[in-house]
Amino acid sequence: MVSRRALLQRAVVAAGALVFLRRAPTAQAASGQEADAPRPTHTPRWGMVIDLDKCTSCQACVVACWAENNQPLPGPEAHRAGRVIEWMKLLSVHEGSYPRVRQRLLPIPCQQCDQPPCTTVCPVFATYKNPEGLVAQIYPRCIGCRYCVNACPYTCKFFNWSEARWPASMAQELNPDVSVRPKGVTEKCTFCHHRLQRAKEQAASEGRVLQAGDYVPACMQACPAQAIVFGDLNDPASDVSKAQDNPRRFRLQEELGTEPKVTYLSEA
Amino acid sequence: MEQPRDIASDIVTPMIRWPRGYGVFVGCLLAVIAFAAYAWTQQLRFGLGVTGLTRPVFWGLYITNFVFFIGISHAGTLISAILRLCRAEWRRPITRMAEAITVLVLFIGAGNVIMDLGRPDRALNVILHPNFRSPLLWDITSITTYLTASMLYLYLPLIPDLAILRDRLPRRRWFYRPLALGWTGTPQQHRRLERAIAIMAVVVIPIAISVHTVVSWVFAMTIQPMWHSTIFGPYFVAGAIFSGIAALIVAMAILRKVYHLEAYLKPIHFNNLGILLLVMACLWLYFTFAEYLTTFYGHQPEEMAVFWTKITGPFAPYFWAMAVCCFVIPVILLGIPRLRTISGTVAASGFILIGMWLERFLIVVPSLINPRLPFPGGVYHPSWVELAITAGAFATFLLFYCLFIKVFPIISIWEVQEGQERGVDETVERLKTYLPTAVSQPPQPATSRFQTKWS
Ligand code: SF4
Ligand code: SF4
Repeated sequence: MVSRRALLQRAVVAAGALVFLRRAPTAQAASGQEADAPRPTHTPRWGMVIDLDKCTSCQACVVACWAENNQPLPGPEAHRAGRVIEWMKLLSVHEGSYPRVRQRLLPIPCQQCDQPPCTTVCPVFATYKNPEGLVAQIYPRCIGCRYCVNACPYTCKFFNWSEARWPASMAQELNPDVSVRPKGVTEKCTFCHHRLQRAKEQAASEGRVLQAGDYVPACMQACPAQAIVFGDLNDPASDVSKAQDNPRRFRLQEELGTEPKVTYLSEA
Repeated sequence: MEQPRDIASDIVTPMIRWPRGYGVFVGCLLAVIAFAAYAWTQQLRFGLGVTGLTRPVFWGLYITNFVFFIGISHAGTLISAILRLCRAEWRRPITRMAEAITVLVLFIGAGNVIMDLGRPDRALNVILHPNFRSPLLWDITSITTYLTASMLYLYLPLIPDLAILRDRLPRRRWFYRPLALGWTGTPQQHRRLERAIAIMAVVVIPIAISVHTVVSWVFAMTIQPMWHSTIFGPYFVAGAIFSGIAALIVAMAILRKVYHLEAYLKPIHFNNLGILLLVMACLWLYFTFAEYLTTFYGHQPEEMAVFWTKITGPFAPYFWAMAVCCFVIPVILLGIPRLRTISGTVAASGFILIGMWLERFLIVVPSLINPRLPFPGGVYHPSWVELAITAGAFATFLLFYCLFIKVFPIISIWEVQEGQERGVDETVERLKTYLPTAVSQPPQPATSRFQTKWS
């Protein structure tokens, strides 16, 4: 006969173990480490700097992001309904009042917050911050409740209202590295996480550790003005760390304590 | 000499009558539900694109309905538990109908969340991969607890009635016999039952309060303007009880009419609930005022954007309609004793239900229309699919209730009987215990002078 207390204790231990086991594989999968690759000396923290004084608002980053990440091509209908999916978007900010109005355009990807308010609220762990600081989405698990979407203070998440469609001529040009999201799930900028995985595989096959420049997101690559700098914030020598170290720097809504990993540079 | 009523037959007879009106009404409900089901198949096929939701208004009618229905659920269990614990004698004919509302409406509330999911097929993920840091999971936990407790709390006082039905309705014996658990009404059974009911009444109160508190936390735990508020917990609970009592009064009035329960549901019942409703209306105004005044004085740009959208902007008609429905009309109808008649309280309740639905809508949508980052063109026009499913939700609730009243006695027979047999004596006994103890010795002269002067 087991005493009630012992039974309770066992139940608690079992529940704890269950939670631990359940989490463990997620953490492993998230880090995406190859077992035989040489280990890097530190865990990177990926971040971005966008220099607004260089940005010409040409929207090359927006288009590059569409193409890279298999975002459905928005037609006039999607625009009218306010359902355009653009992970990288230009936000227009109006300053001053007539006649001295100034419009500024800010390229806004997901800010990849270090304290993301969007991940805690997800009931099913379908969005989480991985050890390298990337806030990820698990499309096959998302139940589409849109709680994370509403919790993001930057309105950076997007919902698949309907089945994604492309013109027949474009259907062959989808990026094979990026999954096409089904209807009813939430998605957002991942800092081109698939490129990181590719870069890691490449580095592993060449028997070396990941180097600066191996992994860059599509928006940075496409920017003709070179206004976007990307890299490892944990490496003080990286371009992004140096670019960040600038008196012109600011982060969006810093007062919220979300610790965004996207920094902006601007004279104004 | 007055004859005591045969309560059991008064209440059982309408259960086995099937007037034509009933069939017509159920038919209409089924038609509405069928249309809603069709709308839902459209939504399943084409995704939430068929709704009016957009970016940044990611939540709309479904979440409004969810909050509203869960609020209504506070009608029953909570009110009935409080009245039972206070031993309010007038509760006897109304506890059952109140508890039934709770249990049935919880299903509708939960159903609305399923409607809102982009992937309802994956709803079970909340059990397979639960993230207990998410307020949505707190919701699921507390609502399932509440549903279980409320069902138990509805069932326990049903047992003696089920035994009555078992003995009275031979054709339905197969159904009532197992449910009655062999109740024979021995004093020991009564003692145990009453003990169990008393325990459940105590247990159910904190659960009920937790339910609407965590519903409010779904909003308050984000940092979105006019959601991130510390008073949301009590504000929502007060609103829930408010709309719950209103729903109960409407249900009572309808049942009184169709079941001819005039002898049981008397003006005094409506009067007493009306006073309770009046108190809640004042509490509601207090909370609303506190919430909006703090926002206004804080004057943060993001919050003010939402604030003005509600007060003078596109949502102003709804906002002021809410204020009139939730406060102005009820206070007039319930505050003036001459107007606090049955039709007065019912009218007030109807307005309150409309007003409280609007309140939920005004909490969900305007905050989303004004997100923190400047955002062009947040608009929301519900589509026909959303309206159809909303109508379907109301119709489903009414259908459930219509079926319930045909299967279970809507007034607790044994409790009313008990009230008739023992209630008066017990109340007199209890009243006596409130009175000053009878004097056995003459009190000290000094004290007595003090008492007569100051008390
Ligand atoms: S910007 Fe929004 S979506 Fe991106 S991590 Fe921060 S809260 Fe999450
Ligand atoms: S929409 Fe998906 S990712 Fe976002 S909170 Fe809901 S389940 Fe999680």
